[in-house]
Amino acid sequence: MLYRENGQFKGSYRADQQIFPILQDRWMIALLLVVAIAVVPLVASEYMLRAIVVPFLILSLAAIGLNILVGYCGQISLGAGAFMAIGAYAAYNFHIRVDGMPLIASLLLGGFCATAVGILFGIPSLRIRGLYLAVATLAAQFFTDWAFLRIKWFTNNSASGSVSLPDLYVFGLPISTPAQKYLFCLAFAAVFALLAKNLVRAHIGRQWMAMRDMDVAAAVIGIRPVYAKLSAFAVSSFIIGVAGALWGFVYLGSWEPSAFSIDRSFQLLFMIIIGGLGSIMGSFFGAAFIVVLPIALDSLLPDLGGLFGVAVSTATVSHVVLMIYGALIVFFLIVEPHGLARLWSIGKEKLRLWPFPH
Amino acid sequence: MAFFLETLIGGLMAGMLYSLIALGFVLIFKASGVFNFAQGAMVLLAALAMARFSEWFPQWLGFDDKVLANLLAFAAALATMVTAAWLIERLVLRKLVNQEGITLLMATLGIAYFMDGAGQTLFGSDIYKIDVGLPKDPLFLFESAFQGGVLINKEDLYAAGIAAALVAVLTLFFQYTSTGRALRAVADDHQAAQSIGIPLNRIWVIVWSVAGFAALVAGIIWGSKLGVQFSLSLVALKALPVVILGGLTSVPGAIVGGLLIGVGEKLSEVFLGPFIGGGIEIWFAYVLALIFLLVRPQGLFGEKIIDRV
Repeated sequence: MLYRENGQFKGSYRADQQIFPILQDRWMIALLLVVAIAVVPLVASEYMLRAIVVPFLILSLAAIGLNILVGYCGQISLGAGAFMAIGAYAAYNFHIRVDGMPLIASLLLGGFCATAVGILFGIPSLRIRGLYLAVATLAAQFFTDWAFLRIKWFTNNSASGSVSLPDLYVFGLPISTPAQKYLFCLAFAAVFALLAKNLVRAHIGRQWMAMRDMDVAAAVIGIRPVYAKLSAFAVSSFIIGVAGALWGFVYLGSWEPSAFSIDRSFQLLFMIIIGGLGSIMGSFFGAAFIVVLPIALDSLLPDLGGLFGVAVSTATVSHVVLMIYGALIVFFLIVEPHGLARLWSIGKEKLRLWPFPH
Repeated sequence: MAFFLETLIGGLMAGMLYSLIALGFVLIFKASGVFNFAQGAMVLLAALAMARFSEWFPQWLGFDDKVLANLLAFAAALATMVTAAWLIERLVLRKLVNQEGITLLMATLGIAYFMDGAGQTLFGSDIYKIDVGLPKDPLFLFESAFQGGVLINKEDLYAAGIAAALVAVLTLFFQYTSTGRALRAVADDHQAAQSIGIPLNRIWVIVWSVAGFAALVAGIIWGSKLGVQFSLSLVALKALPVVILGGLTSVPGAIVGGLLIGVGEKLSEVFLGPFIGGGIEIWFAYVLALIFLLVRPQGLFGEKIIDRV
């Protein structure tokens, strides 16, 4: 009743092509932003911000990046963790080695380094695709794992291989409390989500999708495969690289190469499968799901076990989390291959008609 | 020279274990076109089942005979793998018929996570020993040719024998039984096989069971060498470059690829490692596979099924 576009006539192409064509959607997003900026930092506890919201925002950003490659361009990648690592270490080196480098500049430069490596490892995609490409991206994953562990220059010759950062400032303001970290990540997530949304709606995004759906047909209608694929690799690794830099700088503060292991890559892949392949919104859903699920299970399972008189150890919880991850992946692939984002849009369709049947 | 030979043989032994895991990969890919990421998890599950049942059976039934315990445990572990295969076919593959390869790949990732979790919940997550009575004493060969001879582990020799026997049995099974012929028919063309009355679903259960059997053998050998623990599941990721190298559809390819990667890894680690900083075993196999993908995507012995872009 409330959510329908009756009477909202579009008088120009501009109005017709906006991201949220329905007035109510625009209000919702504006409201969401206001709540996220003004209300959340006041209401949420420090633990909430530190353990749930900040990782959620950063991982959503990474998931958006991966979704551009896997969901929009159809190139499967198991090396997302590697590009996060490259972003993080490159940003670290820029930040430490260049005097007076602004924080945002080093984060973005980290992203650009990830872009360069991403294009390099994207080159095999011009010759091979599908499952074979998965192996090529795994090569990226294992190679970077090794490089950051063994090549001491990257870690500023630290003896233990872990790196840590001095206090962070942006435009003279410190980023140290959870609320400040939250707002900083929120700014990045919002700006990049908008950027990604506009990219996939535009010329280049359509090229990616054409490439994904059928590459031969795409080439026939004049889309250059080299350009389309490598640009998807570039954009995707840039966003993942920035997310990795944020993960290291803002969330972890100090980290070791194992922070970006193959598990991280799989986790990101799960996010976009559960959230929805080929959907920016879905990346947020998936990230929220994957971040919250283990925390929720951690607190729920021991109680649940207590009901049946079974003591549930933390090891068991972590195994059960694995099982639930696995089962959910298979469940979503079978029942709803388009993920939570699809459920969301079905809900919206239903809401437009509600309470009438047609 | 003796050192070189020792490295070479060490590499061959490691490579043989990779080939055992890769074998399961190839079997499943041939029969169902699924790129089975869960092979590593299957190895872990099988090894865990074997290790734990061989502990549990003597306790449950109150006997103290090692051979009997191992035999029973082997049967139980095999039953576990067959059950797993049946469940996978029933609950996953059957619902995903006609889906794209990428979807199936991700489904096997899900299966892998589920198996890792389930195996460790059921059987525990410590490090367990499998002791099937493989001798552990070292053996010196060619003592007349080199000073001190070449050191070989007897266990490795037995393992090599077992692996060779497994390959021989599988080859015979594929070539000379009617089930094997049906499996090859399915591998060639699903629809044609179905149209002459080969039940696809049953074939899939069989092929996943056979892969489970290969995983069990691999798990026992790895387990008795290094102990059963979670890292088994990760070692199996090495099987990916092996099958790329050998060709996705070729059983001999899996063996040769595994041996090549094992030897290449060890030799490069020993002779190249000191120059570029050690530990290159982690990525050597993958980078080799990457180069192979660029030059000869179908692998050494694979059929040219790859789609070029």
